[in-house]
Amino acid sequence: MALCAAPVLAINDTALDSIYNQFTIDEVEVTARRREEPVIPVQKLEGARLEGLSTQSVADAARYFSGVQLKDYGGVGGMKTIDVRSMGSHHLGVFYDGIEIGNAQNGTVDLGKFSMDNIEELSLYNGQKSEIFQPAKDYGSAGTLYIKTRRPKFSSDKSYNVHVTMKAGTFGLANPSILYEQRLTDNIHLSANAEYTYANGRYHFRYRKVFPDGTVAWDTTAVRQNGDVQAGRGEVGIFGYLPEGKWHVKGYFYASEKGIPGAIVNNVWKNSQRQWDRNAFVQGNFTKTFVRGYDFQFNAKYSNDWMRYLNPDTTLMYLDNVFTQQEVYLSMAHRVAICGGQAVNNKLRRTDINWDISVSADYQWNYLQANLANFVYPERSTVLAAVATQFYWQYFKAQASVLGTFVFDKIHQPSQTMPTASKQRPQFTPAVFVSYQPYLPEQLYLRAFYKRIFRMPTFNDLYYTDVGNIALLPEYTTQYDGGIQYDKTWSQGTFRMVSLKADGYFNQVKNKIVAIPKGNGQYRWQMMNLGYVEIRGCDVNLSTTLHCGKEVFLTVAGTYTYQKAQDFTDPEEITYGGQIAYIPWHSCSATANLMWKGLCVNYAFIYVGERYTNSANIPVNHLQPWYTHDMSISYEFPLKTGQRLHFAVEINNLLNQQYEVILNYPMPGINGKGIVKIII
Amino acid sequence: MVCVLCSVFCALIACRHEEPILPSEEEQHGEKDTTEIVGFYLLNEGNMGNNKASLDYYDYASATYKRNIYAEVNPDVPKEMGDVGNDLQIYGSRLYAVINCSNKIEIMDAKTAKRIGQIDVPNCRYLCFQGQYGYITSYAGPVSLDASHAQIGYVARFDTATLEINATCLVGYQPDELTIVGNKMYVANSGGYMVPNYENTLSVIDIASFTEVKRIPVAINLHRVRADKNGLLWVTSRGDYYDVPAKLYCLDTKTDQVVDMLDIAVSDLDIVGDSLYACATAWDNVTMTNTVSYSIVDINTRKVVCTNFITDGTDLNIKKPYGIKVHPLTHDIYLTDAKNYVSPGTLYCFSPEGTMRWSVRTGDIPAHFAFLRMPRELSQNGEN
Repeated sequence: MALCAAPVLAINDTALDSIYNQFTIDEVEVTARRREEPVIPVQKLEGARLEGLSTQSVADAARYFSGVQLKDYGGVGGMKTIDVRSMGSHHLGVFYDGIEIGNAQNGTVDLGKFSMDNIEELSLYNGQKSEIFQPAKDYGSAGTLYIKTRRPKFSSDKSYNVHVTMKAGTFGLANPSILYEQRLTDNIHLSANAEYTYANGRYHFRYRKVFPDGTVAWDTTAVRQNGDVQAGRGEVGIFGYLPEGKWHVKGYFYASEKGIPGAIVNNVWKNSQRQWDRNAFVQGNFTKTFVRGYDFQFNAKYSNDWMRYLNPDTTLMYLDNVFTQQEVYLSMAHRVAICGGQAVNNKLRRTDINWDISVSADYQWNYLQANLANFVYPERSTVLAAVATQFYWQYFKAQASVLGTFVFDKIHQPSQTMPTASKQRPQFTPAVFVSYQPYLPEQLYLRAFYKRIFRMPTFNDLYYTDVGNIALLPEYTTQYDGGIQYDKTWSQGTFRMVSLKADGYFNQVKNKIVAIPKGNGQYRWQMMNLGYVEIRGCDVNLSTTLHCGKEVFLTVAGTYTYQKAQDFTDPEEITYGGQIAYIPWHSCSATANLMWKGLCVNYAFIYVGERYTNSANIPVNHLQPWYTHDMSISYEFPLKTGQRLHFAVEINNLLNQQYEVILNYPMPGINGKGIVKIII
Repeated sequence: MVCVLCSVFCALIACRHEEPILPSEEEQHGEKDTTEIVGFYLLNEGNMGNNKASLDYYDYASATYKRNIYAEVNPDVPKEMGDVGNDLQIYGSRLYAVINCSNKIEIMDAKTAKRIGQIDVPNCRYLCFQGQYGYITSYAGPVSLDASHAQIGYVARFDTATLEINATCLVGYQPDELTIVGNKMYVANSGGYMVPNYENTLSVIDIASFTEVKRIPVAINLHRVRADKNGLLWVTSRGDYYDVPAKLYCLDTKTDQVVDMLDIAVSDLDIVGDSLYACATAWDNVTMTNTVSYSIVDINTRKVVCTNFITDGTDLNIKKPYGIKVHPLTHDIYLTDAKNYVSPGTLYCFSPEGTMRWSVRTGDIPAHFAFLRMPRELSQNGEN
């Protein structure tokens, strides 16, 4: 079977899925063969490798991508955001099953809230997804993370699947989940998934300092408190397959209550702040090739996010704030094949000229309510329009796109009867991607891209009582990237797959939105477009699959990232030229995955080098490197009655390292969990 | 195998090592000088949650500035000095530092900064002393049972010998500075958590009975209150940051009446001789910039006599003037720049004529000063 489908072409989902479903071993090979390279560098975690990583949330898994820095406040319920290539977490677009998860209020998505329970694939694109047939929104971020949940797939003799999973472990973790998939008709499949997570979030942490001669100055151990979390998630999806098309509709509901463990400072070893979240959305996609050479897709979403923050601590100001955000999103995308025309053809020959053009238009509406004094109830309408083209000729591939963004804000002050409207200047931002394959059929690619994009100031940046600044301009990023990639696969012998990717890049972040102190009161801030950051870096990814004997496969993958991310905001300050906060110069990860029949042994290592908590790179702001070793073992076997049983044990931070990702937020030491799964 | 590779890699780049006690950093600044004021401490607040309150010390005899001395002098204190310094005073032979978000007053030996103990006071703000007692304001009084959750503030009295709190007196909401004139204590109530219903009074406490005897209306959101040698109180109001501007008020303690109002914003002030030195940052919503002022008020005529005491143009480099202190003998002016609140600040020393003598990098948010006086024959200050 030919699986060398270029990712820019529509892949026949069902054909691939049935192969995925048969044997775990096959997955490796499928993964290997599918590495037909996109124009735009992509990193993927999927299949056995993803399953082998001991990850509770999407954030934990995203650490294994190169160029990514995770901001982790610790624990099961702690907030986790990621920052790609040091441009700031606001510049990462996070897409859940194809549609972006919005947060108009503060612009970042807490990836700690997204459980790995039902996730099939994570892909990270620098720049944008290597696809021109997509909503305008997909062009709108400097980096993009796609979270893809499992789609129902059935072996030929079954019309349903049931997975029942129970995870339990340290921090008082109890995490049952159930997945039910039903073939309603041949072309309509249903998937329902529910999960409950409880953790008391308690773990020991230790702080210790020594004198220059190595003797202990002080050494203290305490238990992390107020890190408990209770969360429920439910998802229902219906997936339809049409001749030359497909559709799906999905409903998502998440509710949680958690403690915010907070910073550990002198004389304060526990905190009492609480947060409640309720996130719900309904979204759908319809994609169809109407005539040969013309494809159409439609996406829509409504989301409603409610959040309550409570500070009951009487040593601080009492706060009980409630925020409600709503979003409506509609998108249409068209693709026309100008020449070549074989848009849905897996066996496209590279000697053909292939030229496509796509046009997409999105409309998005956001509204934020809050119970704050002097709150202005911001409402935003955004129109996004994108034109993109893709050109293949012999060994040469290119994509180019222009995104137009039109933003209209309105604020509803309670004191005024009419809303005040404001309009941001229209923005047009380009991206160009090229790739060249010099020695056909060798899978060697040279590539480069340029992309300029921005993030809009968030509602908090613009309108937060007293802090917001209505005059803010967008924060721009410009990316230049050049890279090389080499892949080789063999169907026999020891080496089955080798893949090497290396990219060097230069990024600029201009008009960076930063808080500056203002006025004569204490700790009063104002958001301003003041910052300027330059980032020079390289990412290297290496992976190989070895066939080590009968039915024994070993996959080893490594990433390395070097980043010099300098703050060039103010030449008069000590911070000028300093490495920006929390960005290490060096970071890397390594994973090894050994499979023999149903047995799977995994090892994962993450290293994050020394960092500073501020761009003043002085000893008091220094943070030590940290690195963790994680192991997991799983075994899956069929029962006589036809069901399959899956057991796994995970041990994380094997060497019990006591570390901090964020200053004063201690991370857990050695921890583990056990997993039992029944597949019916 | 991978394990070994990782270890090798780790050895090549950088491994984790034991977290050391950071030594202080010493720099030479200014000229050597010997008076009965042998030095001063500077308390850096550190931004909330960073646990970066830190103490610097300047020694006049050797003209050296020592940055971040607390951990070096007190290496056995877990998590060092604490989170957000808010006030610093020397009384008797002791140095008192109010660490707001660590909910404590840190008590140290004034000569060495060696820790003696601590007094736990939730959300503690400012200090003053008289006789054997110290007094501290706190925002964290009883919480009202209604839906407002309003929390009244109080003044706590502690015995400087035993370091125990022995009485408390409720005042207004979110009390800030306090000062003592004769047998009365004046407490500036801010109401900072009650927006937009700020407090607008000074509380007057009778020291003997330690009870609040009256409230004097002055202006909203009061912050600082300082007594001068004429028996006048100088009280600052932060305004509401919108329509009501920040101002400086003058109150006569004989009549407890407001006798004057000056149209200047004051972030911090110090009174030496006949002069009240004030620095301020006022936010201009039109230009979206901070307008900075450095004023001198004649406390006798109660008039602004100078609108910018920095005469050499150094003021152009100062982003966020935050703390001010004037040397009682030489009248040198010490001014701190808190910059962006999250990176190190700068301390400037100006001559009485307003030209910069020297400047030095400090900790984050340098703010509060305490001069150390000592008879000249005693040993010079040294750390441990």
